[in-house]
Amino acid sequence: MALEESVDLKLDHHTKDGIEIVEVEGEIDVYTAPRLRELLIELVNIGKYQLVVNMEKVEFLDSTGLGVLVGGLKRVRAHDGSLDLVCTQERILKIFRITGLTKVFGIHGTVDEAITNRKSEK
Amino acid sequence: MATVEVTFTPLPAHVRTARLVATAVARRSGVAESLLDEVRLAVGEACSRAVEAHQLHCPAEPVRIALTDQAGRFEIEVVNTSQAPAGSAQAGPGSAARPGPTAAGVPADAADSALGPPGFSLAVIAGLADDVQISETAAGTSIRMSWPSSGPVVSGSPA
Repeated sequence: MALEESVDLKLDHHTKDGIEIVEVEGEIDVYTAPRLRELLIELVNIGKYQLVVNMEKVEFLDSTGLGVLVGGLKRVRAHDGSLDLVCTQERILKIFRITGLTKVFGIHGTVDEAITNRKSEK
Repeated sequence: MATVEVTFTPLPAHVRTARLVATAVARRSGVAESLLDEVRLAVGEACSRAVEAHQLHCPAEPVRIALTDQAGRFEIEVVNTSQAPAGSAQAGPGSAARPGPTAAGVPADAADSALGPPGFSLAVIAGLADDVQISETAAGTSIRMSWPSSGPVVSGSPA
């Protein structure tokens, strides 16, 4: 388990049922998004291709953050992997709707739901 | 005349500060609480674009934001004095390009660049602001966004 922390963004990850859960807390913007990108790249580089990004504690997400998530999705898909999101906050979901990304990501209400859904699609 | 003007060095770290200031002034100008998240996100997107442009073309020049409340509208203008980045889109009110999924399921312009895909930021701004005007001049790019406001909020009592 790795822990990376700053004032604006906290990142953590752990494995559950064979899927890597990325916990994100704080603000994902032009300043902090590069750190999330680095973490996703690091996970792919060590062979973690099934990812769930838990965004329940994300307070702010902008298009830079969206770009990082899309980049992560492209990377795991290159290895037949997946990147699902956990998010129920309307203000965050709105950004995905505006940009049409609700059709690209699997967005779930809980981590367990995301894992169950991913397992059922295998 | 602008209610508040902010200039900041074009560094990503300062975009958060710009968001906080814009949200505070919007609240004080009587923008509805339900719209403040939209103001915060839209100004952040515009400032991120400006920071990116300045870092590419004129890193010594500050980014300027003007926050104005008049005639029942709260307006934010974000000005970058650099030339627009190559490939950036222009948009009038509500006309910003919205990236749609490709056949592969991933937006074509969603390259994992350092600052994210530029089309996304315009799409987000257009989707959030009540009115958006983007103008390109020889001096740079101006993004004007506005929301309805009810006028200055008077709070507290004199000491």
